[in-house]
Amino acid sequence: MGCPSVEVVIDKKMTETEVIEELSDGMTIGIGGWGSRRKPMSLVRAIACSNLKDLTIVSYGGPEVGLLCATGKIRKAIYGFVSLDSIALEPHFRNAKQEGIIETGELDEGAFYLGLLAAAHRMPFYPTRAGLGSDMLMMNPEIKTIESPYESSNGEKGEELVAIPALNLDVSLIHMNRADSQGNGQFLGPDLYFDDLFAKAAKRTFMSCEKIIPTEDFLKEGSVHTLKIPRLFVDGVIEAPRGAHFTECPPDYGRDEIFQSEYAASAKDLQSWESFKQKYLEVTSHQEYLKAVDSRTQIEESQNG
Amino acid sequence: MADDATIDEICVTAIADGFRGDGEILCNPIGNVPVIAGRLAKATFESDMVMTDTVSVLAANTIPVGDPDAERLVEAWMPYRDLFDIVWSGRRHIVMGASQIDPYGNQNFAAIGDWKKPKAQLLGLRGAPGNLVNNTTSYWIPNHSTRSFVEKVDVVSGPGYDRVSELSGWIQSNHEIRQIVSNLGVLNFSNQEKRMQLVSCHPNVTVEEIIGATGFELLVPDEVEETRIPTKEELELIREVIDPHGLRKAEFAKK
Repeated sequence: MGCPSVEVVIDKKMTETEVIEELSDGMTIGIGGWGSRRKPMSLVRAIACSNLKDLTIVSYGGPEVGLLCATGKIRKAIYGFVSLDSIALEPHFRNAKQEGIIETGELDEGAFYLGLLAAAHRMPFYPTRAGLGSDMLMMNPEIKTIESPYESSNGEKGEELVAIPALNLDVSLIHMNRADSQGNGQFLGPDLYFDDLFAKAAKRTFMSCEKIIPTEDFLKEGSVHTLKIPRLFVDGVIEAPRGAHFTECPPDYGRDEIFQSEYAASAKDLQSWESFKQKYLEVTSHQEYLKAVDSRTQIEESQNG
Repeated sequence: MADDATIDEICVTAIADGFRGDGEILCNPIGNVPVIAGRLAKATFESDMVMTDTVSVLAANTIPVGDPDAERLVEAWMPYRDLFDIVWSGRRHIVMGASQIDPYGNQNFAAIGDWKKPKAQLLGLRGAPGNLVNNTTSYWIPNHSTRSFVEKVDVVSGPGYDRVSELSGWIQSNHEIRQIVSNLGVLNFSNQEKRMQLVSCHPNVTVEEIIGATGFELLVPDEVEETRIPTKEELELIREVIDPHGLRKAEFAKK
């Protein structure tokens, strides 16, 4: 007789709409990825089209921050930066900031990481020197400093350190290249960013992915080192092919720079924004969004060809 | 010595010279002109330095800028999380930009005006607060003017010497602003007061021009040198190997 096979029967598959039903006004939502890279955009668009409001968004910010600013979903954004990478400044975020319509918690990029780590470890804070001497503490008056309980090696009394408070999240949204329906996630690109910490720092995590595959296929896709999101930190799995569009999701696809430019241009005035919103946000599903994106490419091709 | 060097190439070698003596650390310039300078320094006089491909690995070979498909001799994986570990280890020299800088080297690239509702939202604090208190920093400022060299910056992203003098001994011994290269000259803080001083003027730039383009009293030593001209070997590396498409020219287009 062989070993009895242990089969996990949990099924965490969900749709974008079902995820929205799990969210509520005023929540603090972490979003994985980095700048315009591997963002869970199908979930972000679902929030943009929902009735949710007063959200606090916590991320290494990219278009999700701009899109949710432009659709009036954000009360406060907490971030290390907000950038589209190839376009240095997120234009919708820039508008919101310059109009003074959102609160911000702007942190040093490394300090932001320590805030996530503290939340993941259920610590109240982690100490760092980042922020001393700069205006970070003036801009974030709730962040306190502490004195190190230890003398330094040269006998100086305990030095002053910044206590970065835990970035505790109600929900995190991340996007992976592959996942199984039990909630294990796999990244196949060059950088996980901080997605594992977002999952661990949140009470609940919803993970979209390019493709749901059987668990036994993970090691055909990538080495064991790519399996960084274990299912105990994941509550829902959403299959969303090209779900990170227009941000990059290598090796599945690169950034859609042409679309990103169109998105950035929509921050120019109300008319441009209304037209963008109508074309790409006021659609019923992720599939409809992709159709709108592709029909535009086809038009371009026929015009060029 | 090569007489046909252009201003962009003179700035590249001036930034590269800032890495002299750094040894086996992460050379981490941001932006095309600084990246070209870092790769030049590594390819010539500072071969022990390590550098990223600006994505996620340390690459041992000299790779051209603006070529995502260039062959990389990968020596380590360097995702962002590990990059922060290197910042905190101190084994790093970063070159950043600055929208504003003051006489003590306080740098702003966060916002112009009141940060809560700025006239212009810029990059934000990014990694500047942590960089300055942990590792060596230099600045590249391609538009030297009284708008960028100011008496007081609107937001302090990266703290300068006056602010750091009030912090711990640990931070004071790890904080260093090595130099500032602008489109007009080279400046540093190598004096008792730790105030910005002029080191050299680029060819065809006068001391008076630099004083006029600086919005505060600049320390000017009796002898101000002329910034050196790149060697023939350096020019070949810049033009043929590191930046064959001339990306370095873009920042000088309107000057």
